[in-house]
Amino acid sequence: MVDVRYDIAFRLYPYEKVAAQDAPPARHPVVIVGGGPIGMATALDLGRKGTPVLVLDDHEGVGQGSRAICFAKRTLEIADRLGAGDAMAQKGVVWNVGKVFHGDNHVFEFNLQPEPGHKRPAFINLQQPYFEKFLVDAVRVAQSEGAPIEIRGQNVVTAMERHDGYVALEVDTPDGPYTLEADWLIACDGARSPIRGMMGLSFEGRVFEDNFLIADVKMTADFPTERWFWFEPPFKNSGQSALLHKQPDDIWRIDFQLGWDIDRKKELDPVNIRARVDAMLGEGVDYELEWTSIYTFQCRRMKKFRHGNVIFAGDSAHQVSPFGARGANSGVQDADNLAWKLDLVIKGLAPESLLDSYSLERAHGADENILNSSRATDFLTPKSEISKIFRNAVLDLARDNSFARPLVNSGRLSVPCIYDDMPLNGPDGLQAPGATRPGATCADAPLDQGFLLDHLGGQFTILAINTDAPDVTAVDGVAVGKVELRTDIHDPSGALAKRYLGDANQAVYIIRPDQHVTARWESAKAADIRNAVLKATGKEVPVWN
Amino acid sequence: MELNLTPNLLDADGFYDELLSAHEGMEKDESDAYNARLILILCNHIGDRAILHAALNAAQKD
Repeated sequence: MVDVRYDIAFRLYPYEKVAAQDAPPARHPVVIVGGGPIGMATALDLGRKGTPVLVLDDHEGVGQGSRAICFAKRTLEIADRLGAGDAMAQKGVVWNVGKVFHGDNHVFEFNLQPEPGHKRPAFINLQQPYFEKFLVDAVRVAQSEGAPIEIRGQNVVTAMERHDGYVALEVDTPDGPYTLEADWLIACDGARSPIRGMMGLSFEGRVFEDNFLIADVKMTADFPTERWFWFEPPFKNSGQSALLHKQPDDIWRIDFQLGWDIDRKKELDPVNIRARVDAMLGEGVDYELEWTSIYTFQCRRMKKFRHGNVIFAGDSAHQVSPFGARGANSGVQDADNLAWKLDLVIKGLAPESLLDSYSLERAHGADENILNSSRATDFLTPKSEISKIFRNAVLDLARDNSFARPLVNSGRLSVPCIYDDMPLNGPDGLQAPGATRPGATCADAPLDQGFLLDHLGGQFTILAINTDAPDVTAVDGVAVGKVELRTDIHDPSGALAKRYLGDANQAVYIIRPDQHVTARWESAKAADIRNAVLKATGKEVPVWN
Repeated sequence: MELNLTPNLLDADGFYDELLSAHEGMEKDESDAYNARLILILCNHIGDRAILHAALNAAQKD
């Protein structure tokens, strides 16, 4: 028996019986449990590197409901590396302006448009089903090019047994159960992670006592493509805060903060939802309710994301409030961080301990997200009389005083986390902008042809600017690519020099496969490059001169 | 710079009078809101987190 828990938006991997169901347990190098955005991104990344991966999903496709809608620039850059970025960017709604209201007052607006010279915008809005579909589309393309990725729909993991060096999984299907084995198991099975439950691992944190109502409506309205956020909204029964935000296909996300003691069933009654939406949009606006949901949230994470050969990624490992778009976006960064490390370990090119750096780096990311998300929530939902007094004082002042605007917090929107002081980092031997220091993601820059990030990632890369870097094509079997650029030829806008050189005349950067900088110098010897790659792959580094 | 906890107001009585006058005629909630705005304005003016940290500690009663 396989329960259907939700309706499918796109039926992308219908159940098909495979021979393995009638055969003795087969051993797989990697099994991913959960075919959501994080599972699919991880499968895609591993498969494109040639590592065989099997995805087990308990449904036959992508669930309905917009759910996550804000995808950040970094996520699109990762999707670009995986071959799914263009489809997302084309379908998504680009937005930069956010307006903040307090009651009837327009307090201020902000523009997220970063400096020019990036291939991708700060954010796009895109319903999660599309995001997942585009990843699966990219999986299909990768499969046709020979990537060893297999997806099995309606395959539910019902039990697991950990053995020395592998995990045995009991999998239920419409044709009954079968068993398979995995050298490595990646649990991308969501906030309620059954795998985490089966392993009895804790997932503790802070519960926020608040309910939020999502009403995604379909309408052809004249509202601009901006994020509108109200504190203490002026429309009737709209709760403590409200949000209006555009998605593709004429869908608008409306979000109401309802408080803690509510009657869920009553609030989800379409008549009551429509009453709230009518009050917000005004009389005579014609719309359909597309998807509605009430959610509560917690901010929490697992202590460690790696437990031997079982690895947790995405919501199964950490959970935040939705304010700041730090859920799916951080999960995709997990996939980005994990895939190259696991690939090297499976190929015997890096020690298993490299995977502990996944846990360390991404737990650091999760802590940052939880911190930001908790602070936003404390601003949205003041926990005491005095915190509400200060919150409203900030909003009062922000209207006429720019100084107070940075204190207004309706969600600090996701930016990639920087792995400062992490064990994989090599030296920072360059007087150059901090934004591209070791641990940071590479900033994009327009080149004479295309964008910088299109040339980086997937493997270790030497980025040499205005200098010749030594020829190092591999370090103990780990491939190393090289990109040599001259600012007088390749950098017509000057962005490359500004972002990677600052006042320096030249630079050698070592870029990890996930496009994070791992070391940089003004000039580097072959031994420097070798040592940086050894360190970034979790290996012993000889004495470094 | 360190937090100055020694007399620094030239006309202490005059300042105190002005502070109280500002609250005159306000209800409790209005006064609370006024104080919050005043604190935020002053904190931003000071800016220095070390000074603000010291001030937040100094305001605690042992």
